[in-house]
Order: sequence, then C-alpha cells, then structure tokens
Amino acid sequence: MIRPDLNNLTNPDNLQMSQLSTAVPNTDFTETGSQLWLALYRLFQRDLRIALRRRSDAAAVLFFFVISSSLFPLGIGAEPQLLRAIAPGVLWVTALLSCMLSLGRLFAADNADGTLEQLLISPQPLVLIVLVKTIAHWVISGLPLVLIAPLIGLQFNMPAQELAILALSLLLGTPALSLVGSVGAALTLGVRGGGVLVALLVLPLYVPVLVFGAGAVTASASGMGADAGLSLLGATLLISTVFAPYAAAAALRISME
Amino acid sequence: MGNMLEAINLQCTRGERLLFKDVSFALHGGDLLHLNGANGSGKTSLLRTLCGLSRLQGGSILWRGENIQDLREDYCAQVVYIGHQAGVKDDLTTTENLCFSSALAGVPISQDQANAALSMVGLEDYVDRPARALSQGQKRRVALARLWVSRSPLWILDEPFTALDKKASALLKERIESFLAGIGMVILTTHQEIDINARSIQHVRLDA
Repeated sequence: MIRPDLNNLTNPDNLQMSQLSTAVPNTDFTETGSQLWLALYRLFQRDLRIALRRRSDAAAVLFFFVISSSLFPLGIGAEPQLLRAIAPGVLWVTALLSCMLSLGRLFAADNADGTLEQLLISPQPLVLIVLVKTIAHWVISGLPLVLIAPLIGLQFNMPAQELAILALSLLLGTPALSLVGSVGAALTLGVRGGGVLVALLVLPLYVPVLVFGAGAVTASASGMGADAGLSLLGATLLISTVFAPYAAAAALRISME
Repeated sequence: MGNMLEAINLQCTRGERLLFKDVSFALHGGDLLHLNGANGSGKTSLLRTLCGLSRLQGGSILWRGENIQDLREDYCAQVVYIGHQAGVKDDLTTTENLCFSSALAGVPISQDQANAALSMVGLEDYVDRPARALSQGQKRRVALARLWVSRSPLWILDEPFTALDKKASALLKERIESFLAGIGMVILTTHQEIDINARSIQHVRLDA
C-alpha cells in the first residue's frame, strides 16, 4: 500500500479550501475497505437514480415483454389446453429477448459521456464495479419482468402453482441472463451495429438458461417437480456470478483501449 | 527525494503508424509537465497510457520506483485524470455528480463539501440543477471541481482549458499553481497560451 503524505496538498491559505480538506483522508487499511463499499454503494445508488429519472427506458423493456407475450394468445387463438402447454416456453423466450433488449444500455450511456473512463481508472476493483452495475441493471430491467410474469401467465390459463414456479425460475434465471449479457455488452461497446452483434454473441449463451428455466415450469406442469430445473438454474446463476464479471471487466479494458 | 513518476522510453503505435517513441521524463513533487505536439501526435494516447487506461506498448512507467502495472489500483488512487469528455451524467445534479465521482475516487465528500467545491468553480447557482441544463463549459467546470476536493498527488489533465471562459481559466490556473506549490505534480496538454508559475516546468514535444 502506498500512502504518501497528502495532507499538505491542499491550500491552507484559503478558508474554503481548509473546509474542503476535512474530506476523509485514506490513511489506514480499514478505511480503505469502507471506502470501497461506499463507492460501490454510491455506484448502485447512482444507476438506480438515473433509471428513476429516465423511467421510459425501463418501461420500454417491460412493455416489450408484456406486448410480445400477449401476441401469442391473439395469434394462436384461445384454446386453453394449447396455450397452457406453450406458456412456459413463450414467457421464457420473451423474457429472454426483453433482457437482451436492455443490454445495450448497460455500459453504452456511461461510455458516451466519459464516466466509463472514470470507472476504469478508479481505485476500486473493476470486477466489483462491473458486478454492481450488472446487479443494478437487473434490478432495473430484470426484476420488473419477474414481478409481472405471473400476471401475463394468467392470460395463458396457467394454474397458481405453475405461476409460482415461473416467477421463481425467472427470479433465478434473469440475473444469470444479465450477468452473461454483461460480457456481450462489454465486448460490443462502441462497435457499429452493436445491437445485432450482442444478439449473436449472447443468444447462444442464453440457451442453457432457457432450457433449464422453461424446463422447470413444464416439469412442474406435468407433475414431475421443478426441483431439478431450479437447481440447475441456481447453479448457472452461481457460475455466472463468479466468472461473468471477470470476463466483462477484461472485455471492457479491451474495448476502451 | 527520488523520482515520483518516471517514464522510460515510452512508445505508442496506432495501427501501423508509429506515433512516438523514446519518450522519457521524470517528475518530482512540484513539477509541471507540459505536453506539446500537433493534432494527432499522440498526446491523448500518452496521457491515457500514463493513467492506465491504455496498455503500455513499449517502455515502462514507474511510480516511486515500482511498475504501475504491478501497482494497478494503488496507483489509480494517486491519479486524477480529466479527459476530453467531462464524465458528467446529464440526469444527475451537479452536486450528485461531484459526490459520486469523489466517492468513486476513494475520497467520499459530503454534500456541503461538494457545494463548496462547486462554488469555487463559479457554479454556486447551479448546485441543484441537473447537469443536462448546463453548457459545455459549465459541464467541464463540474468535472474540474474534482481538483478542489481531490487528495491525489498526480493530476493528468487533457486540454483542461478548452471550453472555459477567461474567469474559469484563471481559477483553474490558480488552483494548479497552489497544487504545485504543495508538492503536487501536473501533466497537461494545452494549445492555449497559459503561463503557469511552477518550480520547474518540463516540456515534452511528441512530434519532434
């Protein structure tokens, strides 16, 4: 740890400057730790605050999910058995596409105004910064899908137990989608036509999540129990939590060169 | 006192073209390094390399005798970099912007401290306005307000005087001078004629 004596850097002959110099100095190790958590907390808070002030962005993702999944009953016709059979797959696919739709905003806005540069050269570990940004992104665009999915499921004549499994599987699955997607978003940062490229990169990686998620709901519908699918989803989430931020951080460094 | 920052035989290529090579300098506390060169001579590339944004393509950069690639985050904590883009979020107020960038840099400040710093750069009437409503020059002032709360010993400033009016330029010049007087180090590029008083001023020309 390098801790040069920084106290003499502030100008003492200015009254307001000496008031400013009461900012917490980074002098000992425990303070460095709490600074890290404070910086990460502020980052999380900032992303949520920006999303709250630009509600249209998050709302667009939610409406895409609601409308695209509502098109299926309209197109296929109101046959309760058929709708019930396709519901898990349809809802999972539309949720997955909605997640992908929102990926573009994960780093692009920060890149456009130069704050991403500041994130990259901040003294906080980039892996944790990426993880916090991804969690905030999930809270903004993934969590609303989880909450509204049971309501959409009613359109498909899904019984209560299946609705619960659907919500639970999305709760485990959508964070994994955000994490895996963060790697694709970081890699395609600043690339022209990045949106299409993200789809090509990320959709194949989404396949396991889709298979386990939709599989869990279908299995519970046929009475086999959703445990296996949900366990696999949980495992996917754990693995992507551990590895995706490292890959995304490395990709960001390459994109920003 | 040993060298705080030392650059040895730095080299940079953009695609096939060699931008510069064999750029060496050493900075001590209180030194100002003025980077000169025509457009496209690699000034920004050099600054980005110095703050660790771009990979080093040749040579080495030492901070207190240690390689900055080994120090990583510890080195980042010692540097303030203000680039072409202001790094100011349109949806946040000026105070929120400054509080966030300081917390990120590891120097958490209170709202009052942020407001005091903003009034130092002449933005006291804009403290609770969203940055969206600010002009280009005012956004730059928000970014530069970090210099009034920072505790880092090295500032790397890419064209800090661009888009600033006379009054703001004078304020910034004063701040840089007082920082240098307190053993700070500044590396900057500028096309404006600005004479900053410093104990020692080094000039590095990239297109020489």
